[in-house]
Amino acid sequence: MAETAAPFLPRALRGSPWVFHVGTSGCNNCDIEIADCLTPRFDVERFGVRLVGSPRHADVLLVSGPVSLACRRPLQETWLDMPSPRAALLVGACACSMGGYRDAYGVAGPADRVLREVEPGARIAYVPGCPPKPETIIAGLVRLLEAP
Amino acid sequence: MADPSAPSVIEIGPFHPLLEEPVGFSLTVEGERVVAIEARMDYIHKGLERLAQERTYDMVPILLERICGICSVTHSVCFCHAVEDLLGVAIPPRAAYVRTILGEIERLHSHLLWVGLAGHFIGYNTVFMWAWKYREPVCDLFEMLTGHRQNSAMPLVGGVRRDLPVEHFPAARRILDELEGQVERLTAAVLDDPVLAARLGGVGVLTAAQALDYGVVGPTARASGLDTDVRRDEPYGAYGEVEWKVVTRPGGDVLSKAVVRLLEIPESIRILRQCMDRMPPGPIDLGLLHVPPGEGIGRYEAPRGEDVHYVRSDGTNMPARLKVRAPSFVNIPSFRASCLGAPLADVMITLAACDPCYSCTERAVALLAPGGGPAAGVPGLLEASRRRTLEVARELGRRPAPGPGPDRWEG
Ligand code: SF4
Repeated sequence: MAETAAPFLPRALRGSPWVFHVGTSGCNNCDIEIADCLTPRFDVERFGVRLVGSPRHADVLLVSGPVSLACRRPLQETWLDMPSPRAALLVGACACSMGGYRDAYGVAGPADRVLREVEPGARIAYVPGCPPKPETIIAGLVRLLEAP
Repeated sequence: MADPSAPSVIEIGPFHPLLEEPVGFSLTVEGERVVAIEARMDYIHKGLERLAQERTYDMVPILLERICGICSVTHSVCFCHAVEDLLGVAIPPRAAYVRTILGEIERLHSHLLWVGLAGHFIGYNTVFMWAWKYREPVCDLFEMLTGHRQNSAMPLVGGVRRDLPVEHFPAARRILDELEGQVERLTAAVLDDPVLAARLGGVGVLTAAQALDYGVVGPTARASGLDTDVRRDEPYGAYGEVEWKVVTRPGGDVLSKAVVRLLEIPESIRILRQCMDRMPPGPIDLGLLHVPPGEGIGRYEAPRGEDVHYVRSDGTNMPARLKVRAPSFVNIPSFRASCLGAPLADVMITLAACDPCYSCTERAVALLAPGGGPAAGVPGLLEASRRRTLEVARELGRRPAPGPGPDRWEG
């Protein structure tokens, strides 16, 4: 019988993941939908998901938007500031694949490539959509937490 | 020990829990007072104007929706206005109504979003949660009518891509009825709250003269007593045919800006109701196939103020040049007048009061020489810009008007 691998994050963190949000040069919409998750209709704080003010307190990094040239270093530094085990949730088509900005001269790449430049094995989940609905973002977070 | 009275510099950003977008500020403070502000706003620059020059006229509005998530209708419709100005055509009346409806729903959700964020900035999270709760039905409304919560992909040069589902209008009206009562309560609660009045009244004042000087637009200007609104001054869409009024306030402080935005919400609801009642029948698209060489300018009253797009065509199926002047571009610099000398605690809310949208604004980059420092400097850039204008004028077979001499800019 195949053993089910234990989820990546320890149980204590899975119960109440603290997230830090980084908007890397997106169009705002993804950021607003993330903020929407925190407001009364969706209210993920019920489940212990808290938006924190410093990457040093966070378990999960929410990234939205393509990574512009100017944002690349700050994003990598933010990632390295987070304690391990850490994971990233890329919200929106831009963060996953640069979306409509693919051919623009000012983008450094999709967020997963930028993060893997500093940590090749970084743990990353993708939520596609432009912007993804709040329900989708929450579902993506749950999948990230439960995945082995 | 450092001299306690010496100015110190506080760096904020680029990733800051209060701000959704990456932007860097460095505030120089003397004690509590802010004496200088430098903003670094290039984190969002992606090169969108250039990208638009590689997209066909049909694709550009969809790309421009992604300039800014909040003003998605604004930028795409403004681009359409510019191309329609170039062509000298008027869109079918039904398309004008559809655009107006989309634009007003956008204004509703943008203003509610701002009210919530303003509450958040002053640490009054009740207002934040409250306003965003009421914003949800507006997003539902947009989804009901267009299929998406923010990006409709509807505007098209010469009309709109799809018609609105008229069968959903009764449900839309119900949402608006409910929203009207909710916003009324929210407005009353915000205006009657002595804490908010004391916290926001008299903070970050931008006088009418300063507002004129900085050329601010939209609610920022209207809260300083300037009676300006593109929707009335140069009516487009259905604004010439419906009844509504421009809201102004003389105060110029943050409270006035909040009041102007809150009072614009019922006006938008009024416009929406009338548009839904009077939707004329007919085609929704001109079916344009070709854009001849020429240039056009589009104006549009975004939730944040007047948006201007400039389009030049060389007869191909893609714009030869697109220039976007977003309202935040003129609104943001006004913080020099309203923030300097203010206590540190008031700076964030004063900055937020003009509803800055950095992703709309960051359309330019400065070129840095290898050792740091600007590659060209202001005179060099101006000279390059002047040369380019001459080239363009020659291409178009025109003679540009003589510009201001260099002495006016340097210094
Ligand atoms: S995925 Fe879409 S909504 Fe999100 S930042 Fe990119 S363009 Fe904006």
